Amino acid sequence: MARKISMKQAINEALDQEMTRDPSVIVMGEDIVGGAGAGGERDAWGGVLGVTKGLYAKHGDRLLDTPLSESAYIGAAIGAACCGMRPVAELMFIDFMGVCFDQIYNQAAKFRYMFGGKAETPVVIRTMVGAGFRAAAQHSQMLTPLFAHIPGLKVVCPATPYDTKGLLIQSIRDNDPVIFCEHKNLYGLEGDVPPTPYTIPLGEANVVREGKSCSIVTYGLMVHRATEAATALAKEGVDCEVVDLRTLSPLDIDTVIESVEKTGRLVCVDEANPRCSIAADVSAQVAQRAFDSLTAQIEMVTAPHTPVPFSPVLEDLYIPSAGQIADAVRRTMKGGRQ
Amino acid sequence: MAGNPFPLDKQALLKAYRTMRTIREFEERLHVDFGRGDIPGFVHLYAGEEAAAAGIMMHLHDGDRIASTHRGHGHCIAKGVNVVEMMKEIYGRKGGACQGKGGSMHIADLSKGMMGANGILGAGAPLACGAALAAKFRGKGEVAVSFVGDGASNQGTFLESLNLAAVWNLPAIFVVENNGYAESTSRDYAVAVDSYVDRAAGFGIPGVTVDGTDFFATYEAAGEIVKRAREGGGPSLLECKMVRFFGHFEGDAQTYRGKGELEDIRANKDCIRKFAVRAVNAGVVTHGELELIERDARELIERAVKEAKAAPQPTAADLLTDVYVKY
Repeated sequence: MARKISMKQAINEALDQEMTRDPSVIVMGEDIVGGAGAGGERDAWGGVLGVTKGLYAKHGDRLLDTPLSESAYIGAAIGAACCGMRPVAELMFIDFMGVCFDQIYNQAAKFRYMFGGKAETPVVIRTMVGAGFRAAAQHSQMLTPLFAHIPGLKVVCPATPYDTKGLLIQSIRDNDPVIFCEHKNLYGLEGDVPPTPYTIPLGEANVVREGKSCSIVTYGLMVHRATEAATALAKEGVDCEVVDLRTLSPLDIDTVIESVEKTGRLVCVDEANPRCSIAADVSAQVAQRAFDSLTAQIEMVTAPHTPVPFSPVLEDLYIPSAGQIADAVRRTMKGGRQ
Repeated sequence: MAGNPFPLDKQALLKAYRTMRTIREFEERLHVDFGRGDIPGFVHLYAGEEAAAAGIMMHLHDGDRIASTHRGHGHCIAKGVNVVEMMKEIYGRKGGACQGKGGSMHIADLSKGMMGANGILGAGAPLACGAALAAKFRGKGEVAVSFVGDGASNQGTFLESLNLAAVWNLPAIFVVENNGYAESTSRDYAVAVDSYVDRAAGFGIPGVTVDGTDFFATYEAAGEIVKRAREGGGPSLLECKMVRFFGHFEGDAQTYRGKGELEDIRANKDCIRKFAVRAVNAGVVTHGELELIERDARELIERAVKEAKAAPQPTAADLLTDVYVKY
């Protein structure tokens, strides 16, 4: 029986169940327990937003608080993954990836190929993505395209608590390095989640709303904005299909193409900056592989080519809105061959 | 004849000599073959530094991990990686240690505990921390060794790893192979402290400096450090002061060296010659025994080159394989 829990609880439950199932699963990160070496409460924080709270009581020293030292501990997670462990490292914000990026894109991503297929690096790096927290330019980015660009990495960005639990468990069991992107504005979102462990394969998109007029393809928080736009457009007689990519690498382009073959129109929505984004990638692949199915121009809705602003007024303008998505659908509905 | 004054028996001494001599022959041969244009890419030779690889690795087993550097051939050989497969790899051939996809800077053999040479300076230190962490969880007394040069000893990854290893009390050993040069820049210019022992102290871990051209000094210091790590005593730093017989990479004209410097180090700081003189003078091994090993090493390298040149090139199908376990 599913019951409603938040995305944050879904992550906690996935970690708990995998740590219980497999002793090689360890969890490390900054303040993931909290209060290490201090005089007060142990498990004081359970992560900066409390995602891992309570796991220490059950799993003890298999949760490792780290120094503020991203290169060292992300690298250590990767090194341990090469030596029989299955580490889940939490890198608080994806914006901090720059500090330790070498360990991810030159080390973890490369080992299997560079070592001739001998290495396995079953590491998961959990990290918060996305804007809307009034956290400004260095704590708000949607850097998913940077990672999807790198061969050897898998990139996941779920939109619902159900998908979060199933995809995180799959990511932990997966034998390749996975960048697991959690939208911080979805942590409180509640949804039906079965209490028992289950997996969702990486590289399978999900059609969250069926429609005949136009395909809206997106991931993460934008799935909800796209659904909101689709609901508004339905009142205008425009029947949108919403495809949640869920995994950005591998990318389930076949599901996208099937959808476009049905609707003939495509709007790609991405909270990332526009250049070389997931939206641009999906658009290009559809234009190349399903050109004859398109009856109008592809539209893209992305954040602008700017850093994330602090001002709440500006930040709200920065994040793609349901209104912008609906406008893009209207543009493509008017365009092209009728 | 007096007794054996060394902490190794005769068999172990010959093994150490074989390791060092094999590395030397391997590197000298690469120097020649690279100069002839037979080898693609970048090659960084370990010749002159053999005593460190041999002296440290003699204390390790297959279950102990090492994270190496761009100058990794010596570490590979001393850790037991197959020499013929290494040569094939450097020639970019199928059947190489990495199927020709890694090359000189990325030779790895995880079954031997060799986690890879590394083209990114200092990148191996966090990985070694991870290997040490895994060893700690396994609880079988395994250790992990991270090698860096004096150049990469300035990388944040290295310094952060010293701290992390100390904080987590990891069975990790950080070896600084100080050959005096970070590429062309002298250690004296680029490293702010005179002593790596002081640098280790800054992270609350013990540090030792040895003459890395002295196999016996290196062997003994490494033995203590490895033992401490195995017994749960935590990380240490070992600085080996050594010399590099060739340039930073092959093709380096080494105009930054002082006049007569290369001749001097070849004549006076050759770790293999120093080892041979001491071992023979002590009456523990004979010239004849060492010469047999030299012949073996030459034959092995000759065979490795021959097999590498005869090995098939990768095919177009190989381009796309082994990016992921499953994708």
